[in-house]
Amino acid sequence: MKLTLKIWRQAGPEAKGKMVTYPLDGVDGDMSFLEMMDILNEELVNKGEEPVEFDHDCREGICGSCNMMINGQPHGPQKLTTTCQLHMRKFNDGDTITIEPWRAAAFPVIKDLIVDRSSFDRIQQAGAYVSVNTSGNTQDANSIPVEKEKADEAFHSATCIGCGACVAACKNASAMLFTSAKVSQYALLPQGEVEATKRVQDMVRQMDIEGFGNCTNTGACMIECPKGIKLENIARMNREYLKAETVS
Amino acid sequence: MSALVKSSLARKWVMALSGLFLVIFLTQHFVINITSVIAPDTFNEWSHFMGYNPLVQFVAQPILIGGLIVHFVMGIVLDIQNRKARPIKYAKFSGNSNSQWVSRNMIITGLVVLAFLGLHMYDFWVHEMTVKYIDVQPEDATRYLPELKEKFVSPVRVGIYVVSFVLLALHLWHGFNSSFQSMGAKAINKGDGLRKATYAWSVLIPAGFIFIALYHHFTH
Repeated sequence: MKLTLKIWRQAGPEAKGKMVTYPLDGVDGDMSFLEMMDILNEELVNKGEEPVEFDHDCREGICGSCNMMINGQPHGPQKLTTTCQLHMRKFNDGDTITIEPWRAAAFPVIKDLIVDRSSFDRIQQAGAYVSVNTSGNTQDANSIPVEKEKADEAFHSATCIGCGACVAACKNASAMLFTSAKVSQYALLPQGEVEATKRVQDMVRQMDIEGFGNCTNTGACMIECPKGIKLENIARMNREYLKAETVS
Repeated sequence: MSALVKSSLARKWVMALSGLFLVIFLTQHFVINITSVIAPDTFNEWSHFMGYNPLVQFVAQPILIGGLIVHFVMGIVLDIQNRKARPIKYAKFSGNSNSQWVSRNMIITGLVVLAFLGLHMYDFWVHEMTVKYIDVQPEDATRYLPELKEKFVSPVRVGIYVVSFVLLALHLWHGFNSSFQSMGAKAINKGDGLRKATYAWSVLIPAGFIFIALYHHFTH
C-alpha cells in the first residue's frame, strides 16, 4: 500500500507548526496505524530527520495515550476504536491521510502530535475519588448492596480512558463528556453519595478554569468516544450540578 | 449559588430555559395566527386583545423581549467563548461524520432568525407602536386581518418569511430537544418519544407559519 501522509510538525510548545507531506510505501493492511507511524519514523531516522513524535503506551486500547486526529476524526474512521487498534486495512492504496494533534486551548501541543492533557488530571484530582478511611477498618465495598442497573451504568461510565477524543471531536472543545463520566461513575454508587455535592461542584469549576468550551449537545463526543460513553452522563451531571448548587 | 451563576452549566440552563420560553411563545403566536385562516373574526378579536390588554402590553411583552435578548446575547457570548476554546483549527475536520449540520451551526441559523425578527418587528411591532402612541388612531378591532394580508402581498417579503422559517425550523430541530438535555431531563435519553415530539413540533409549527404567509399571499 502506498500512502501520502500529511502530518502536523511542531518543534515545541512555543514553535510555529505546519503540515508536512510524507510519501510512504510498503504499508501492509494488517499493520496497526501506530506500526505504520513506526515505519515512517524508521525512514525519517535513517534519512537523518527528526521522527514524528506521538504518544502511545499500551497499544491495546485502554491507556488513552495514542491520540491522533486522522482525516478529521479522533482516532480515525473506525468507531469505538483507539488509534492503536485501528488497522491500515481501513485505508486504500493511494490514500492521502491527514494526521493532526487534538486541538484545544486546554490541550496545548508539546511536540508534533503530542498534547498536554494534564487538564484532565486536574479535573479528576478536583473530585473524582471517594475518600475512605485507610486505617484497616475500611468496610469491604462488596458488602454494600448496589442495584445491578446502577452498578452496570457506573461501570460503563468508569470505562472512560480519558483519551480526550470527546474534546477533539467537539466543535467547541468541550470536556463535558469526560467530566460527566467521572462524576457519574461515583454519583451512581452509594459510596459516592457522601461527597456528591462537593464533587460535582469542584469538578465543574475545574473544568471551567481549564478553558474548555461550552457543551452545545451536538453529540459528536459520544459518537467518537472509543469507549462509547453516553450523553446520558452529561444530562446526569447537569442534574447533579443544579441539585448541588441549589439544595446545598 | 454564586458559582452557579458563573459556571458553564448555568449558561446552558439560561439558554435552555429562555429557549423553552420562546418555544411556548411561538406556539401561542401560531395559535393566534392560524385563526387568520380558519376564523378571521377571532383573529381580529384576539389581536385586538393582545394589542390593548395592559397585562399583555406592560407585563408579558417586556418579559418576551427580555427573554429574546437573553437568548440571543447568551448565544453570541457562548459562541465567542467556544471559538476561544479552540484557537487553532483543524486542517481537516469531518463534522458530518459525527453530528448534524444544524447542531454545529446554531449561531448561523440563530443570526438569520435574529435578522428576520428585525424585519418582523418593523412590519408589525413598529406599526403598532406608531398607531397607538405616535400617529394615534382610534381603536379599530377590524383592522388586523387586512393589515396582515397587506404585508404578504409582496412576493419578496413572503420569500424572506419562508426562508427565515425554514432556518427557524432547523434551529428548533436541534435547540428544542437540546434544551431538555441541558436541563438534565432523564426522558430525553430514555427512549426517543420526547426527542421525536420535539422534532415534530420543530417542523410543524414553522411549516404552519409558512402556510399562513403563502395562504394570505395567494388569497389577497
